[in-house]
Amino acid sequence: MADSEKPAISAEHLVRRFGSFTAVNDVSFRVEKGEIFGFLGPNGSGKTTVIKMLTGLLPLSGGDASVLGIDVRKDPETVRENIGYMSQNFSLYADLTVTENLTFYGRIYGLSNDRLRQRMDDIVQLNGLSPYMNRLAAQLSGGWKQRLALGCAMLHEPKLIFLDEPTAGIDPVARRQLWDLLFELSAHGITFFVTTHYMDEAERCSHVAYLYYGKLIADGTPDSLRELPDVQPPGTYRVEITTPEVTRALRFARTIPGIRSATIFGQSVHALINDDLDLDHLRYQLLKQGIVVAEIRPLAPSLEDVFVELTYKHQSDSEASRD
Amino acid sequence: MINPFRGFSAVFYKEALHVRRDFGTLFFSLIIPLLQMFLLGFGIDTNIRQINTVVYNADGHRESRELLDRLRNSDTFNLVRFVNTDHDLTDAIISGKCRVGIKIPVDYSDKLLHQMSAQVLVLIDGSDSSVAGQAINVTTAIGLDESLRRVLAASGTTTFAVDMRPKILFNPDSRSPNFFLPGLTAILLLNVTTFLTAFSIVREKERGTLEQLFVTPVRPMGLLLGKLLPYLMIGFFELCMILTFMRFIFSVPIHGSVLLLALLSLPYIFVSLSLGILISSKANSQAEAMQLAFLTILPSIFFSGYIFPRETMPKFFFILSYFVPATYFIDITRGIILRGAGWVHLWIDAVALFFMGIMLLVIAARRFQNKVIMA
Repeated sequence: MADSEKPAISAEHLVRRFGSFTAVNDVSFRVEKGEIFGFLGPNGSGKTTVIKMLTGLLPLSGGDASVLGIDVRKDPETVRENIGYMSQNFSLYADLTVTENLTFYGRIYGLSNDRLRQRMDDIVQLNGLSPYMNRLAAQLSGGWKQRLALGCAMLHEPKLIFLDEPTAGIDPVARRQLWDLLFELSAHGITFFVTTHYMDEAERCSHVAYLYYGKLIADGTPDSLRELPDVQPPGTYRVEITTPEVTRALRFARTIPGIRSATIFGQSVHALINDDLDLDHLRYQLLKQGIVVAEIRPLAPSLEDVFVELTYKHQSDSEASRD
Repeated sequence: MINPFRGFSAVFYKEALHVRRDFGTLFFSLIIPLLQMFLLGFGIDTNIRQINTVVYNADGHRESRELLDRLRNSDTFNLVRFVNTDHDLTDAIISGKCRVGIKIPVDYSDKLLHQMSAQVLVLIDGSDSSVAGQAINVTTAIGLDESLRRVLAASGTTTFAVDMRPKILFNPDSRSPNFFLPGLTAILLLNVTTFLTAFSIVREKERGTLEQLFVTPVRPMGLLLGKLLPYLMIGFFELCMILTFMRFIFSVPIHGSVLLLALLSLPYIFVSLSLGILISSKANSQAEAMQLAFLTILPSIFFSGYIFPRETMPKFFFILSYFVPATYFIDITRGIILRGAGWVHLWIDAVALFFMGIMLLVIAARRFQNKVIMA
């Protein structure tokens, strides 16, 4: 039914109001088939609202959305037939076994017994659940719960799966294993719509968007975002200053002309500096303040840098327009 | 194209698993009504007998002692205390030790002998209206009877002109359990079943699984009926246990068809389960659901005719009682168990219950549909 030329998700000028409050304000984006789309933003920025709109749970106050080529306004039922959804609390039935949880979701999607058995085999093979089939979901660790939940969400072979903070509260190993699994599935043509708070996860996505209080302020591949003029203005570059005295270094660095902005990252300060600022001179100035610098080296902006810059930009723009 | 019951069989399968997995807890919750029945069935006697009575007999002659014997023999009064002053008489009632005080004046037998009207003072504690009513009726009747005998004796005839012979049908001994337990069955059943569905759905809300279901193609009606059907079976099982208890432990005879009673209980269980579902559409936690469920229990006890006859209610509450499901089921249980009523007499109750159930379910389904969209 879905035309192969069409994107997995197309959202055009989405608006959602709750009374006088605009939760989602003119948001447009496209997600191509097979992408892992990272949808980022602070808590309460409207990420879940957008998911609810795309899955037909929340009517649009304005704009248009189609998912897998199906108009969400006209046919939310068919949208729900064809997508998978995994919520952040995994939503499993704790008193049912792994097999029973899978069987339940299989029947919800109307899978025949043969097909259900075959899909269960496939999924179990893929995510390694086989030793736990007769265990109650309550007895699984967080990582296994998450894999079971993902299994339940993809039994009916959806072409698009929504994952709402899939790795919240999961140990790092399970987190990495989940991403390996997502890459494998995405290679088979499944599209993922993932919300997350982890920047390292955002770096793994093939396409990211950043929602800031209802407004989409970034949309593109991680690399294209790094090259945005707002992130990397012409005539500037980014350096990492490694020092044992990061807090003092930060305070001082912000007073030096030629340093546009500075932030602490662990044992170093990331600074956006003008091309004409001499690194040796910078090191000398810091030393004069008694700050010993171990290393200063050029650095590509991280996605976190990108979102920080874009957020500042957005804030100053909206303040300017208010005045 | 869109099946409004989509997901029904999947939800039914899952619900049945929940029940099987946790049958111990569930079974325990089914035992509680039987315990309540035990307590209420043995503990409550709706007939008023042996009212504690204080007597001040100032006369003391044979006629006054005869009057006291007649009071004693009525089985209504238990003469527990004899006093010698007016003060002690009223004090026994004020202190709550006695409900009725009887004062036979000093000239009682003299007046009778002289064919004059002899007065007896009967003090009644009005704080319990049914006790007071019974005391008035019985003392008045004994007074009339005593007067008639004397008039008859004086006129030389020995037979009453009119002799009323009341005959109580269906529960001739006025056994309390016979009257009490069929109604209690309706209340206990309501109690259990409403909680079953209310908790089952609210639990899913609390755990977030309901939210997950809404992102699947399950339709609200499929979800609700899938939840309802397993509990309909459990409610029916509970009814069978209650009836078995009533019949064999409390020896309440069932005059009508047990099969019909079982059949007509289904629409009632259906209504109370639907009520539970409606509650779950409002409540977001099990504590909230519990409060709302309790809210429905009191009207079911007081406006259904279970304790107070509906006919004596003010018009407004009489009409209100038509909206209480227990009203219809109490009519069914008392009808079949006590009067041996059949389908011809009771079908209207069953139809009323069935429609009520459908109404509640449709309202609940709409509420869930809107909640999906608004949450």
